[in-house]
Amino acid sequence: MTGQKRRALPGFGLSLGYSLFYLSVLVLIPLAGCFIKASSLSWSQFWHAVSDPVAVAAYKLSFSTSIIAALLNAFTGLIVAWVLVRYEFPGKKLLDALIDLPLALPTAVAGITFANLYGSEGWFGQHLMFLEPDGFVGHWFSEDGWFGSTLFTLDTRARGGPLAIVVVLMFVGIPFVIRSVQPVLAEFEIAQEEAAASLGASRWQTFRYVILPALLPAWLTGLALAYARGLGEYGSVIFVADGIPGKTLIPPVLIIAKLEEFDYARGTFKYEEAAAIASVVLTMSFITLVLINLLERWSKKFEPSEA
Amino acid sequence: MEFNKSVREDPWYLRVPLILFSVLFIGIMVIGPMVNVFAQGLELGLGVAFAAMAHPHALHALRLTLTAAVIAIVLNVTFGIAVAWAIARFRFRGKAVLTSLIDLPFSVSPVIAGLIFVLLFGAYGFIGPLELSPVAQRIGNTIILGFVGLVLAWLNSEFNLLSFAFRPRWARLILVLGFAGLGCIQPVTDLDRIQIVFAVPGIVLATAFVTFPFVARELIPVMEAIGPEEEEAARTLGASGWQMFWYVTLPNMKWGLLYGVLLCNARAIGEFGAVNVVSGKLAGRTDTLPIYIEKLYQGFGAVQTASAFAISSLLCCLALLTLVFKTYLEWKNRQYLQEQVKKEAS
Repeated sequence: MTGQKRRALPGFGLSLGYSLFYLSVLVLIPLAGCFIKASSLSWSQFWHAVSDPVAVAAYKLSFSTSIIAALLNAFTGLIVAWVLVRYEFPGKKLLDALIDLPLALPTAVAGITFANLYGSEGWFGQHLMFLEPDGFVGHWFSEDGWFGSTLFTLDTRARGGPLAIVVVLMFVGIPFVIRSVQPVLAEFEIAQEEAAASLGASRWQTFRYVILPALLPAWLTGLALAYARGLGEYGSVIFVADGIPGKTLIPPVLIIAKLEEFDYARGTFKYEEAAAIASVVLTMSFITLVLINLLERWSKKFEPSEA
Repeated sequence: MEFNKSVREDPWYLRVPLILFSVLFIGIMVIGPMVNVFAQGLELGLGVAFAAMAHPHALHALRLTLTAAVIAIVLNVTFGIAVAWAIARFRFRGKAVLTSLIDLPFSVSPVIAGLIFVLLFGAYGFIGPLELSPVAQRIGNTIILGFVGLVLAWLNSEFNLLSFAFRPRWARLILVLGFAGLGCIQPVTDLDRIQIVFAVPGIVLATAFVTFPFVARELIPVMEAIGPEEEEAARTLGASGWQMFWYVTLPNMKWGLLYGVLLCNARAIGEFGAVNVVSGKLAGRTDTLPIYIEKLYQGFGAVQTASAFAISSLLCCLALLTLVFKTYLEWKNRQYLQEQVKKEAS
């Protein structure tokens, strides 16, 4: 098919023109506005807003909780995908359909139900009191405990702390790894496994050296998608985290706080500082996006070429 | 066949624990929280739950949520169809860039999606609330109506609507200038100030932003898979552009389109972060359902909490319904594409 022939269809100018117009008005110009607003600060002001200890702690928290949640999801997601593709058991269809619930359930609903479940009277929370600072595990990791006093302290609380954030980020990230790995595993050709088996490979060796390498690109893509989702998550986190500045405060909360903070010296709100922090977060997520695109391109190379 | 089975068959001591692990994981992480929503919603009985849903503020929030979702869907479906048509049917420079720009809103944190509109239209933003002087009102009207005229002129050139009275060139001129002139003389709106942030337009903008990619990214692969042959055939047989779209393109992509609308709708109804920033949370005025749930949950007392969960169970039912439809549409779409492949083969 030549380019000339394709132009036989009508509406190219209109459809492309409208697409570009809508994309610019709704997405590109507003996003550019954020960076322009941030750049109206002088360099030292920008640096001051962005490298504020509370802000730095917030980036670190967001970064670490998202990566931990994504890694946990990568591990469990691989198992669930394997089970859904390879095994038959009653209720499999239902389980398969429920995987997508985190995408369909409003994040605020997820937030309140997790906060309730892990609260001191919730179904799960009442059995997790040992993680609180006065419980035995929590005490062990606190400043007075053996581990906390000799190595480093750890906030092990099941509600309010970083652990709670990891749990909700795991919830919102569940579909990504499973849905990335599932189709690749389903399409995986049995001939390769047979070849490995006939060459004397054990089941584990087949998995480790034949199946896993084929899954790797899709697996990593799923992990990156789950991580990116966690990085931006707001709705569910604010309900489970207690939002102590410098400890359990995520960047989006900080941005909203800056938006609502009135600067009496200048008589305006601190829009610029909010924009500065937002542009740091945006840059972080754009880098992740580029990474995901590269991963997807890389994984396309691995697709079996039919020749 | 026997051989195939034995190679893939894992021993029971591997199979059973892995299945149990998966069921337990989904049970604890997904089913437990979902059941908890319903359990907490009914904690104080059905009466409290129904009273919470029938509260005027809840009904208003429901209406606002649906309004924003519907407008966002209409906007994004229009964009989705346009961009899918351009990308799947034509070659042009910058196609790859455009394709990756469509996904951009997915990587933007919802709060930042709200923030960018506050930065534009907030009281101290670049543009601020739109204050329209009489002159600006006239200019705006001229542009809007001129645009309407342009669209009509395009429709006319596609269908030759006015061919009974005017030649195409005259019809175009009359439509564009006529409508623009009308806007110049007679203001169609008497708005002199359009509040965007902390009002409904801001909520619509934020919702449209976060749901921006859904329809487009479902439609592009569907249209690429179907190919341009049937449309070209329709054109060759003398169909106008509109006829081709209505009788060939739209029926061909309907399952993909519905799938995109479904995902778009689920996200639009549940959006919290972006709407939270732009809505201003005025009770009974700019509360959407998720924000209303947040307010109830932060309030004191068992009744408030139970009400929050009662309304949440409504949204949870909606999410489950979405999953049912999603499974159905995925099945339907697969079936449809298989039929297409068969048709091409025969």
